[in-house]
Amino acid sequence: MSDHPDTLRRRLLQAGAGAAALGAVPGAGLLSAQAQGAFDWKKFKGEKIEIFLVKSPRGDLLTKYHKEFEDLTGITVGSEMIPEQQQRQKAVIELNSGNPSFDVIALSYHVQKRQFAKNNWLSDLRGYINDKSMAAPDLDFADFAKGGLQYAVEPDGRVMSLPLNLDPWVIYYNKELFAAKNVAYPKSFPELVEAAAKLNDPGKGVAGFVGRGLKNANVPVWTSFLLGYGGTFTDSKGKLMTDTPEAIESARMYQTLMAKYGPQGVAGFNWNESQSLFLQGKAAMWLDGIGFAQPLEDPTKSRIVGKVGYGVMPPGPKAQISALFADGEGIVATSKKKGPAWYYVQWASNKANQTRMLQAAAGAPVRNSAYAAAQASSDFKAPKEWVDCMLKSAAIAQPGLPIIAPVTEFRDVFGVALTNMINGADPASELKKATAEFQPVLDKSEKA
Amino acid sequence: MSTPALAARPAGFFLRRRRTYRLLTLPAVLVIAAVIVFPWLFTIYMSGFDWKIGSVAHFVGLSNYTGLATNQRFLEAIVHTFYFTALAVVFPLLLGTAAALVFHREFKGRGVLRAIFTMPMMATPVAVALVWTMMFHPQQGVLNYLLTSVGLPPSLWVYSPTFVIPSLVMVEVWHWTPLVMLIVLGGLAALPTEPYESARLDGATEWQLFRHITLPLIAPFLVVAAVIRTIDAVKAFDTIYVISQGGPGTASETINLYLYLQAFAFYNVGNASAVVVVFFIIILALALLLLHVRQRTKWVAA
Repeated sequence: MSDHPDTLRRRLLQAGAGAAALGAVPGAGLLSAQAQGAFDWKKFKGEKIEIFLVKSPRGDLLTKYHKEFEDLTGITVGSEMIPEQQQRQKAVIELNSGNPSFDVIALSYHVQKRQFAKNNWLSDLRGYINDKSMAAPDLDFADFAKGGLQYAVEPDGRVMSLPLNLDPWVIYYNKELFAAKNVAYPKSFPELVEAAAKLNDPGKGVAGFVGRGLKNANVPVWTSFLLGYGGTFTDSKGKLMTDTPEAIESARMYQTLMAKYGPQGVAGFNWNESQSLFLQGKAAMWLDGIGFAQPLEDPTKSRIVGKVGYGVMPPGPKAQISALFADGEGIVATSKKKGPAWYYVQWASNKANQTRMLQAAAGAPVRNSAYAAAQASSDFKAPKEWVDCMLKSAAIAQPGLPIIAPVTEFRDVFGVALTNMINGADPASELKKATAEFQPVLDKSEKA
Repeated sequence: MSTPALAARPAGFFLRRRRTYRLLTLPAVLVIAAVIVFPWLFTIYMSGFDWKIGSVAHFVGLSNYTGLATNQRFLEAIVHTFYFTALAVVFPLLLGTAAALVFHREFKGRGVLRAIFTMPMMATPVAVALVWTMMFHPQQGVLNYLLTSVGLPPSLWVYSPTFVIPSLVMVEVWHWTPLVMLIVLGGLAALPTEPYESARLDGATEWQLFRHITLPLIAPFLVVAAVIRTIDAVKAFDTIYVISQGGPGTASETINLYLYLQAFAFYNVGNASAVVVVFFIIILALALLLLHVRQRTKWVAA
């Protein structure tokens, strides 16, 4: 029943090429859809669907424009939006019950992808994507960043959701501090460590490097290095590869940067502590997701407005990879309103919404065209360097966490190991212990 | 019971009355069965299963419990819970009693100061925790600013595995000392004045007055305060979760935090149920101990 991945890729490309051709016609878009005859936004007029969103700038933005969708399609939208942690818990409980109260759900791929796939909670969208009467002309897969599509598509080729937002990890750096010490932005991992060493100035209260040390939150910082070292999370048989020489080397790099050149107490830092330190000009480099440009460039919050550099993750010994988080929206497998739900999903990721998302600084859209569109508008405030960094990072982005069901446990077990390393534990033995502890959990999750 | 008037009544009357009593207790029994007994039994039942939400449950007997007995992280969580509880009971008790003694005396502005002193109690725990998190920040927190401005070395507070629990206790102390003070003040207000007068006539010092009269007389109140504090400290979750999330690493992970992870982050319902049962037994033992102490103080006080 499952297609070969290559077949799907070809089909997606075909769909993409068709849509791209339409997009090239001036004025083509939502209005011309009707002229095509086949696709009709009003097809499901009068139906009602339920959407389950995460409380975030993106959820707020979509909710704000639900009226537009209702006017466009005649479909009534009911939506619920709750904070991330609670949304994930509620999703598991409702979907597990087999009778969820919603048709469309927002999911975070880095946490929920495998869990949703393993339980078959979402419906395959390929039928809609390849059906000209169902896919809006605006849906153009060539316009979607590769990392986002990787997350949305299963290994067997099923497309379970449409991505909306990407969160590749980048290095924010303080140009003023770099210039003062005459240091250039690092081009390799050794240079990164060297720069941190040179810029670290405890006497002035300046840390060479800052990032998440708090368990669970800290794992992507390490995996950012792990991926550059050519490391992977598991082999094809599901055996953990987290105690390999690459893993140990990358963990040692994490330990050096955090314990030696990080601020005091970094073992308890999450992104907010890191951000506030960087905002005050007290850290030279900060590795985290790309979504923090807005506070950094806000004069009421930041002391370093205009001095922030947005650096793409430098190449590691084996590869140049930006660890990626992403989220998207899928249709619940048991939904009785899949048609209208699909209309909502493709509306949510259309160009207009993606551009709005960027303009409102609500996230980093998965569609490349949104960047050009947003930059063309006069009220777009994000620096050009940030946009460049985003596009370059998205091009080299790969999942920053293993695609497994017990992601939270993975983050917890390895997070504790990393925190212990900051406090002086040996990376090799910590990783060995964590791997031994987590392997049975992983085995069990894939068996069940 | 057996007054002549009652004895004259037919035996069936009492039976019927007893039946009516039973009927009247039925609503309460039903409610308790539904909201306390059933969840309790169901938790014990679930603790025998290996069940992760989203997968099939397997009956595994006691293996969840044997797993916990050898789980270092869980055993450490028990130790952290006791450590945290001990500190979070003793310090508010000492400081609260001291504050009560001060506020029991007559002085100008006492009412206003008392009101100010009880203010922390009225604040929402999560908001309190968030404010303290900011104050604990090792670089930008006000606590380290204060320390360094008087020439002391800065501390890492909740960002250090060694200091995290004492620092969290500091928040608890700030938050809940006023409660202890209120309870003890109530006790002090009810004390008779005669023993003090006669002791003074006998030439007792202030310390002797406190040690041999005040302390024994307020002991029952102190025990009540200790019971309330212990219950609060054992179940403390919000403060720890917001401030340290059980970290750095697992340095401040109490049973509650561990339980939360198992149940709501990992969805290991079977294992989490076993944790609850163990936790319940610990609480039961603690409650019995406190009740025992309470009985003793009653006897001493009388």
